[in-house]
Amino acid sequence: MSPRPGFVLDVDRSTPPTLFWHGERFSLERLPEGSRVIYAPEPIDPLQDPSAAIRAALNYPVGDSDPLPSLLRPGMRLTIAFDDISLPLPPMERPDIRQLVIEQVLDMAAEAGVDDVVLIVALALHRRMTEPELRHAIGDRIYDAFAPAGLLTQHDAEDPDALVHLGLTDEGEDVEINKRAAESDLLVYVNINLVAMDGGHKSVATGLASYKSLRHHHNPLTMQKSRSFMDQHRSELHSANWRMGRLIAAAGVKVFQIETTLNNDTFPEAFRFLQKREWEWKAKDRIGYLAASKALDRTPARYARQIFHSVKAPHRMTSVQAGEVEAVHAITTEHVWEQQGVIVEGQTDILTMGLPYISPYNVNSILNPILVACLGLGYFFNLYRGKPLVREGGVLIMTHPTRWEFNPVHHPSYIDFFEQVLSETTDPVEVADRFEEGFATDPWYIHLYRTGHAYHGVHPFYMWYWCAHALQHLGAVIIVRGDQAAVHRLGFRAASTLADALEMARDVVGPSPSLTHLHAPPLLMADVQ
Amino acid sequence: MTRVRDALAGKRFFITGATGFLGTALVERLLRCVPDSEVVLLIRPGRRATPMQRATKEILKNDCFDRLRQQHGAGFEAEVASRVSAVAGDVATDGLGLDEEGRLSMSECDIVVHSAASVSFDSPLDAAVEVNLLGPSRVAAAMVAARQLAEHQGRLGPVHMIPVSTAYVAGTHQGEAKEELLDANPFSVEVDWRTEVDAARRQRGDTDAESRRPKRLVQFNKEARGELGAAGLHLLAERAERLREDWVKKQMVEAGKARAQSLGWPDAYPYTKALGERALVSQFGDILPITIIRPSIIESALAEPRPGWIRGFRMAEPIIISYARGLLREFPGVPEGITDVIPVDLVVAAIIAVAGESLIEPAESYQGPTVYHVASGIRNPFRYGRLVELVTAWFTEHPLYDSDGQPIVVPAWSFPGRGRVQRQLTRASRAMDLAEKLVGSLPIRGRQAEWMAALEEQHLLADRALGYVELYGAYTETEALYRVDRLLALWDRMDDDDRQTFCFDPAAVDWETYIRDIHLPSIIEHARVRTTPGRSIKPNRSERARKAILSPDRHLAAFDLENTLIASNVVDSYAWLASRHLPAGERAAFVADLLGEAPSLLALDRRDRGDFLRSFYRRYEGAPVDRLRDDGWELFHHLLLAKSFPAGIARVREHRALGHRTILITGALDLVVEPLRPLFDDIVCARLGEADGKFTGRLEELPPIGEARALVLADYAEAEGLKLEESMAYADSASDLPMLEAVGFPVAVNPEAKLAAIARRRGWHVENWHKADGGSQPLLPLGPLDRRGSLRRGRTSPAALAGSIRRNADGGHR
Repeated sequence: MSPRPGFVLDVDRSTPPTLFWHGERFSLERLPEGSRVIYAPEPIDPLQDPSAAIRAALNYPVGDSDPLPSLLRPGMRLTIAFDDISLPLPPMERPDIRQLVIEQVLDMAAEAGVDDVVLIVALALHRRMTEPELRHAIGDRIYDAFAPAGLLTQHDAEDPDALVHLGLTDEGEDVEINKRAAESDLLVYVNINLVAMDGGHKSVATGLASYKSLRHHHNPLTMQKSRSFMDQHRSELHSANWRMGRLIAAAGVKVFQIETTLNNDTFPEAFRFLQKREWEWKAKDRIGYLAASKALDRTPARYARQIFHSVKAPHRMTSVQAGEVEAVHAITTEHVWEQQGVIVEGQTDILTMGLPYISPYNVNSILNPILVACLGLGYFFNLYRGKPLVREGGVLIMTHPTRWEFNPVHHPSYIDFFEQVLSETTDPVEVADRFEEGFATDPWYIHLYRTGHAYHGVHPFYMWYWCAHALQHLGAVIIVRGDQAAVHRLGFRAASTLADALEMARDVVGPSPSLTHLHAPPLLMADVQ
Repeated sequence: MTRVRDALAGKRFFITGATGFLGTALVERLLRCVPDSEVVLLIRPGRRATPMQRATKEILKNDCFDRLRQQHGAGFEAEVASRVSAVAGDVATDGLGLDEEGRLSMSECDIVVHSAASVSFDSPLDAAVEVNLLGPSRVAAAMVAARQLAEHQGRLGPVHMIPVSTAYVAGTHQGEAKEELLDANPFSVEVDWRTEVDAARRQRGDTDAESRRPKRLVQFNKEARGELGAAGLHLLAERAERLREDWVKKQMVEAGKARAQSLGWPDAYPYTKALGERALVSQFGDILPITIIRPSIIESALAEPRPGWIRGFRMAEPIIISYARGLLREFPGVPEGITDVIPVDLVVAAIIAVAGESLIEPAESYQGPTVYHVASGIRNPFRYGRLVELVTAWFTEHPLYDSDGQPIVVPAWSFPGRGRVQRQLTRASRAMDLAEKLVGSLPIRGRQAEWMAALEEQHLLADRALGYVELYGAYTETEALYRVDRLLALWDRMDDDDRQTFCFDPAAVDWETYIRDIHLPSIIEHARVRTTPGRSIKPNRSERARKAILSPDRHLAAFDLENTLIASNVVDSYAWLASRHLPAGERAAFVADLLGEAPSLLALDRRDRGDFLRSFYRRYEGAPVDRLRDDGWELFHHLLLAKSFPAGIARVREHRALGHRTILITGALDLVVEPLRPLFDDIVCARLGEADGKFTGRLEELPPIGEARALVLADYAEAEGLKLEESMAYADSASDLPMLEAVGFPVAVNPEAKLAAIARRRGWHVENWHKADGGSQPLLPLGPLDRRGSLRRGRTSPAALAGSIRRNADGGHR
């Protein structure tokens, strides 16, 4: 039986309650009759032999590119850059795709007699990965071969000696990227494409760039003009990255792009009910739900978080393509749409979503209030093509505990951003004008970013800019069962139940609103007609 | 025509006690209402300021002069400069301590008003004797000398002395007291004032000697240690000496009260004042024209310079405020009893009228010293029961608010006897004493420690309330009535204009209006209590303190590390570093051993932090330097940062952003604090000796803790040209007192109980910083196993550090 496509359910009297994520917990909520629930397509069938598929992709590249083996020769400088801890979500069961791909690239390099090989984690301004995380991503064999010799490096966007300025785009944007990557004879980029935003020129132009370069597209105006940033053809974020990517190519940097896609088989057996449609739950799913929710209710948040962050997703690879960046990415995007696309008729007055415990920026960490906002208003809100799911002036209702909690090791500048910036203003443009530079150039944050495992000082700003389009578009944002003080600090409204939130929403959108629930994760992309 | 004003116009007054409540009002009134009059003020010499600077600061800047300032506008300064002068001197010194110029100045005066007094009802006996008993005679002696000097120069010199006494010199016995000299009073006990002076001075000597007996000194030391803990020798000594002085003072206060009561006065104030009158009259009654003014309880102004003007906290205010705050539930007194209160402007007017009279009456008609009561009891009686009614009604209508913005309900008054109130308060005080001792012995810090300090404050308030009852109970229970026949006769002699300008008729007071519309609003304003509901919009004390700390004018901010910026300590760091290289099987045992040692380590740390660090750091002996320096970074990012106080780190950065220098002074090792270097301008920390790439386990120099830390800070500030009084120090424990005391803006961070109490008492700013909710919080400070280390183990020396740990643990502390 082939996997079923995505589905929009109309809620009627017989519809069972709908599952809402609530951080490390979930709840079943009864939605008003006439509401719609959008479900992702079921996981599509994975590649039967991923290794063979990878080999084939490397040997038969797409676009204007020679096969990888013919690009390798003795004495050359080869750099392999790969996506960091932010992908995929949740982290996948071993072996990670990056390990599978890099092993084959390295085998080919060894065959060709290449001995100057360096691996770079394409961190951009993300935190450095820890040893266990790296071992998980690329496997012990590669780690032990490269790390002790110092050949496994993490991109350092604040090391002036490790960056090179390649020039300005037509729009006057600086392009400054990792020097080793730029000065190699070949840069192989290994990508995991979880959502449509990932990959393409963004891999190198963002993943290996410096603040000086990133600030040209990571800003409120760009984000307000990206509708959505999940749709590269209508995304100013992508336009900028494409300009930069082309400049990088023009500057002589030879990029061999390897992109992969995953199916949305997101949760292991015990949590399988999370990706099923409620009316199809079997006894096993009900028991699973009851057991999990009861157990989690009794578990302190700290341990519940540990449990969830130890979850590894059974994602499987659905495609791999390699070669010239733009040709590769066009195919990748099709695969992503195949897995995630759902056609939705018309917009809604109220959009509801349950936010899970994880976002790209808190793997093995905490979804702090800023990341809650970013996950809801940045990521989930933008999971659309065409028009936003919710109409202009509509209301977004999210469920998440939104605790006033931060990880001081990973998110030190977030703490100060929350205390010092959001207490003054939540307007992304004002935030950028008044505070960005101070945080971005703060030596203490830079120190923690470079020597520890901290996100760059400017990163919380980017999270806030990610929300800019939604903030401009929405009439109100309500968080259900969140910490009131934290919710207010974000500039949102707090409600204690979904029913209360709907009441509050009616004040904004009128008495008999339409309601749509985004049933994710598993992730989906709404094609709003 | 205005007799008094005309008589006094252009005259010059010599005034003592001008910085006091009555004195300030008198100076203002003369300047405003007596044309061309001049005042010479006797001001105690300050260390830095000249007498005139002090007079400007302490008298002329008072809001008493607002009206005059308004009248003269820009000309105020010039007006004042031409009419007010100040001379250095002190009524507690023979000859008033006047210099040549002072004596000349006094000789050019016409009237001498002596209003300087030690008005506190609980002054030490000897201090009260020097000021209240000997003061008037000293002023008189100086006046005699001034007259001789004037005569020598062919002038008249001061012609009249008006000493201000108190109605209570007549005692608080039942019945009426006349306006007459004490010798005429049948109820006063005959004692020789000279004998009393000698006895008081001797008592001071004896008490001082007693306080220096070894047994007492040991006790003071013990108390100091109990209060401050391991704060270092110097501070403990300082504190012990303070305790000794306080003890002597307390003994002298007791002695004063006992002696006064044995002679029939409620306390040392009326006793010394009474003897002061006697000494004055017996020595100078025949030489100098003297008129004694005896006011009753002086309270806020009825009309001049404005209704409700008051200076300082008088007798009734603390009682009323304590009542309104709900602290004082009862105050002894008889409802039918008369509360003899007199507004300050009436007393001032009486003094001026008496002065005018003395100039109008021909000198020949003077028939020896006379007395005026300025009291309301007979002319315009105000019953205690009525006062309580008015106060209760007022506070019911205008309640004070507690810190949560909730109104405080005032207790109903039951007019209990003094004994019952005292017993109640004593019981409460004892219970709190016990609770405090109990809580004080628990190892707590931060918020809890602050509660403890709050308990202590409640205790203090209860004690103070008890003090009020003991001190003032006699006055509210007094049944004496002070006759004002002479005062009223003087009133009758006044013409209408004078009566308007200098009203001193007690009948002018409408008590209801006075209490409700004048006095209570005024003292509430002065008491700085909350009179609005809800959360205050105005910055509270803590916000103000924070603002002062974060002013660009400050120079330097010094920080302690452990429990000030990071919830960790040297033992945690050591455990983390050491366990990182232990084979998996031994890690648990190692930590168990260390935990087992914890109590003895803690005890050693409490006794002497220096000894503790020295002995503890021995454990690093033989550890490889390079590896530990590498591991220091991992330790920081994995353990210390996770346990850091983000608000603390933000504060350091805030200081730097304001241009303050920041310095970390810690007993932690350099390899542990190295990753913090970019946070501070400078770091002073402990450093271990190194030999052949291994640590020696011995400190290279004294670790910067306790007093050494204060010295480091002082040296640093001096070398950098920064002022300590413009600097901040952040620390968490009483052992950091030397550093905290060295700076102008000490900040107690998550203070442990002792420091919390000290901080509260001294009004130091307190910050409660906590770990980020959400930092990983390992139960045990175990380092993640270093797999690189374990891989290399075969090639490098076999776990040198792990080995040294086991050696030390076996040989050392068990």
